[in-house]
Amino acid sequence: MSGVRVLVGTRKGAFLLTSDTGRRRWEVDGPHFGGWEVYHVAGSPCDPDRLYASQSTGWFGQLVQRSDDGGRTWEPVGNDFAYQDPIGEHLWYDGTPRPWSFTRIWHLEPSRTQRDTVYAGAEDAALFRSDDGGQSWTELPALRQHETAGRWAPGAGGMCLHTILLDPRDEQRIFTAISAAGTFRTDDGGQSWRPINKGLQQQGIPDPEAEVGHCVHKLAQHPARPDTLFMQKHWDVMRSDDAGESWTEISGDLPTDFGFAIDVHAHEPDTVYVVPIKSDSEHYPPEGRLRVYRSRAGGGEWTALTAGLPQRDCYVNVLRDAMAVDGLDECGVYFGTTGGQVYASTDGGDSWDAVVRDLPAVLSVEVQTLP
Amino acid sequence: MVQVVLPAHLKTLAKVHGAVTLDVPEPVTQRTVLDALEAAYPVLCGTIRDRATRRRRAFVRFYACGEDVSNAAPDDPLPAAVTAGAEPYLVVGAMAGG
Repeated sequence: MSGVRVLVGTRKGAFLLTSDTGRRRWEVDGPHFGGWEVYHVAGSPCDPDRLYASQSTGWFGQLVQRSDDGGRTWEPVGNDFAYQDPIGEHLWYDGTPRPWSFTRIWHLEPSRTQRDTVYAGAEDAALFRSDDGGQSWTELPALRQHETAGRWAPGAGGMCLHTILLDPRDEQRIFTAISAAGTFRTDDGGQSWRPINKGLQQQGIPDPEAEVGHCVHKLAQHPARPDTLFMQKHWDVMRSDDAGESWTEISGDLPTDFGFAIDVHAHEPDTVYVVPIKSDSEHYPPEGRLRVYRSRAGGGEWTALTAGLPQRDCYVNVLRDAMAVDGLDECGVYFGTTGGQVYASTDGGDSWDAVVRDLPAVLSVEVQTLP
Repeated sequence: MVQVVLPAHLKTLAKVHGAVTLDVPEPVTQRTVLDALEAAYPVLCGTIRDRATRRRRAFVRFYACGEDVSNAAPDDPLPAAVTAGAEPYLVVGAMAGG
């Protein structure tokens, strides 16, 4: 069936929302893995029937599930995320050193070119790779063993590697983002890494030029312009046009530049979406009005998109992995909220409809454009 | 044969209903029971004991013959009734909110 499949991870399971290309009538399938937190569900760009889901709870730990039939059936694959020696230490909240230990997988990023290759971003921050469809995982340890890693410290949500961008020209180049260490890039498939945080300002850090210690919330990239990166930071929306070598602020006229999610239009590399959130302690939209902001100029000048979104008494959050776009001619934009709504726009954000309203709190949204 | 009762989520994962019956070599201890359980159902690896430390996950508890044995030494022998299969070894998800 040609159409779209929206992959939704929630606090209590995963849901698959499917529609034809009209994106008006939706089928809701789920919960899968009911009762478990599903931080992320991702589909392989090589094979739309291959899906991965990160399933975890504080009780029973981490599992990774794989489907090879578009989510109809799932099988657990490997969950041995072993950190390579030397384990080392990072800073804890109180400033004391603490050994790295695994908590969960925040993000799964399947390769664009190799069907069985998939990357996983972990808390405590580490990057893992599987070349057998998730059956076994090997850490790419050079990131966690970077010379600055002893100074990395967790953000409020834990020290998580939450963003993995694979350069569409060459997957030897990988961008990762870690809360609250910053952004890192490898050009050799993970053998070596460099912090790429020049130009980021972080409240509470004495040195505004600090190499690490930046609370990056999310990165986005358009495949046609992979050297351009957009970033939603703890505060500030940022842009780089040199693959992260330098960053400039593009918050412009946003009502607040705090937020989590950011994404780029499928066909317009300078059209960017964010969902401003009131502040770092008040995780809901300003004035109780849920607004997506769109810039068609690559940042700086933003327009509020409100049609179909609640404009009063709305106090939900939109988490970092909970926004995605489809690849249809009329670009669809999707986001999920901590109130359990998944909103979809079939006109690039001009208007919105709720696909579902009462799911558990949404942790992640991804979209597959089906052939 | 040792009977092991799993919490609902782990029964779903292991695709079992009711108690699991395991042939556990002597001596029958919590460690040998859990080793046998994970050998029979590899999908449970990491769900009861931490993968790295092999220690009980914080929100999992173990009971035998009405006693909480969660903090007992893993190599201590289990009660004879458990060893004989007359009483089950219980793996329980702790009540911890959520």
